[in-house]
Amino acid sequence: MPLTMTTKRRLVTTALLAPASVWLFVFLVLPFIAMVVFSVGERGPAGGYQPAFTLAQYANLPARAAAYWNTLMLAPVGAFLCLIVAYPTAYYLAVKAPPRYRLLLVSLVVVPFWTSLLVRTYAWMYILGSRGIPNLLDMIGIADVRLLNTSGAVLLGIVYGYLPLMIMPIYVSLEKLDRRLLEASADLGAKPVSTFFSVTLPLSLPGVMTGVALVTILLLGEYLIPQLLGGGKVFFIGNALVDLFLQSRNWPFGSAIAVTLVAVVVVVLMVAMRIAWRISGTRQVDLV
Amino acid sequence: MSKWFRENAPISARDLTEEFMRLKRGSVTRRHFLGVTGLGLAAAVLARQPGLFASEAHAAEDLGSTMSLATWPNYHDPATFEAFTAATGVAVEVNVFGSNEEMLAKLQAGGTGWDLFVPTNYTISTYVSLGLIDPIDLAKVPNFDPKTQNTRFTNEGTVDGKVFALPKNWGTTGIAFNSDKMKSKVTSWKDFFELAMTEADGRAMVHDYQLTTIGNALVSLGFSFNSVKAEELAKAEELLIKVKPHLYAINSDYQPSMRASDAWMTMCWTNDGAQLNRDIPEIQFVLGSDGGEIWSDFYAVPKSAANKPAGYALLNFLMDPQNAVKEHIANGAPTTDSRVMSLLPADITGNKIVYPDEAALTPLEFGAAVTLTDPARAELMARFKSA
Repeated sequence: MPLTMTTKRRLVTTALLAPASVWLFVFLVLPFIAMVVFSVGERGPAGGYQPAFTLAQYANLPARAAAYWNTLMLAPVGAFLCLIVAYPTAYYLAVKAPPRYRLLLVSLVVVPFWTSLLVRTYAWMYILGSRGIPNLLDMIGIADVRLLNTSGAVLLGIVYGYLPLMIMPIYVSLEKLDRRLLEASADLGAKPVSTFFSVTLPLSLPGVMTGVALVTILLLGEYLIPQLLGGGKVFFIGNALVDLFLQSRNWPFGSAIAVTLVAVVVVVLMVAMRIAWRISGTRQVDLV
Repeated sequence: MSKWFRENAPISARDLTEEFMRLKRGSVTRRHFLGVTGLGLAAAVLARQPGLFASEAHAAEDLGSTMSLATWPNYHDPATFEAFTAATGVAVEVNVFGSNEEMLAKLQAGGTGWDLFVPTNYTISTYVSLGLIDPIDLAKVPNFDPKTQNTRFTNEGTVDGKVFALPKNWGTTGIAFNSDKMKSKVTSWKDFFELAMTEADGRAMVHDYQLTTIGNALVSLGFSFNSVKAEELAKAEELLIKVKPHLYAINSDYQPSMRASDAWMTMCWTNDGAQLNRDIPEIQFVLGSDGGEIWSDFYAVPKSAANKPAGYALLNFLMDPQNAVKEHIANGAPTTDSRVMSLLPADITGNKIVYPDEAALTPLEFGAAVTLTDPARAELMARFKSA
């Protein structure tokens, strides 16, 4: 029996989506189900998991309130700092940079990703440590400055690490910008500054929202930078999770925190999409 | 002047390369760097060449071509594994860990693939009761001689009359401090916590390990290192939270910070203290006159080991005093074996950091099994870190 057009199209769709679906089911959905099951269990006497059905782990969530609070403060602050640094850069790349250098400049933004974040963060430990900047300050008479293991170092590491993720979406949205709109604005008598605020900025907001959402979500799970540049004194959800699984071995409580974190990420993502839709007045926004 | 300049000079290209090589080997960080990745696991295959010359002694048993060891960073002489590979054709994959809790967590989760690992004294009864380790088949370790062992350090390897673990070395948890940076003499854990808030403000480190950090805080208050009494733990928590804003870091990887003079004082294990003092004499190592921890590390074979013959072959190799002595010279930890002791050079056996006077050891306590697994101490540590 010959295949009809619709059946054929369905088969093609299935074939195209199957690899990703299988992958996500096995490595995302199944582990998540396991995590939910663990989260209603109990800690074994010597740690680990033993089956049970209790919501005690969720009732205990306030015991990690400080970690949640630190994380929920850090994520937006870090994303906002990234945005402040990234926007002018993206604007320069998309609008002002000479076109023949544009590709080169954009690739320079991406180049740091060729090296592991771990190694780059380790490099910052040397730059901020006694033998780095404080040593140079010492030579000009400013003694005993401590930069490493401070909240400032953590914020610096975060802006450094996540900047490219903020620059790229803003760059893309600015690059798509129709130049004729800017000319029209100028023809109608707007000064460059007001053109920027009434035309360029609003049209780039979907890119801004994408960047903010991307960086915020990744920051919610951040673990490495506070650990390395904050000296382990700055405690985020990611750090709480590692300790619960690898130190105190309270897997059910760790699972409950992880499930809650996933819920928080979903909420953040939904809010971000809502805002992006409202800004662009359409439901056709490509977020992420 | 010249010394000052060198000490504060930016890291040289050679040092940086060395750090990177250490990082590649996974040894850059005692109980931290790899713990920090959240996985605590970096495998370094130290020797890759397949066994061209498998020795006669092992001809009867198939040792395979690779095996896996779980241990602590900076704890072995890499040359030991190269020699083992040359003798047996088996390449050793080394996994380094941040804490005993982490090792236990991995073995509980299963699928580690370790053929031999290095647990500390207070964990062994837990491993036995959870059924995670096998009794040692002493017939396969002819190089081990119980008669030459110091039972003070080795008896916890035996549970219910069965030998579950063979001794690697013993050690203490004391205080390392930089005497160029600090004028006060540090002699006790009471001094440690007071100086951390005054002279060494912003320059002191405590371990990212509840057993030692809480234990030493308890000792400084006059309580037992192993206390799990609620009112004593509450006092220790109060002290730790008061000290926290003054700390440089909560981190068990203190060697890099001490070497760079970023930190001036830290909780410190014997072997790290010996290594630091060997390279930088102004970094001194003292034991708390008010108490602290004495410990011994062991070799044990996980029940889940995939290549037990090779695990035993390496264990037997390491129990050979000729091989063990090189390990002890490299890592600076004291031996439990009198045969090894007699082979060690005098500058090591006479080193008071490695072999302190008996009087200095008297106030120290061995960690207890309950200290490791007590949920109240784990929660205290979490509150301290998030405060």
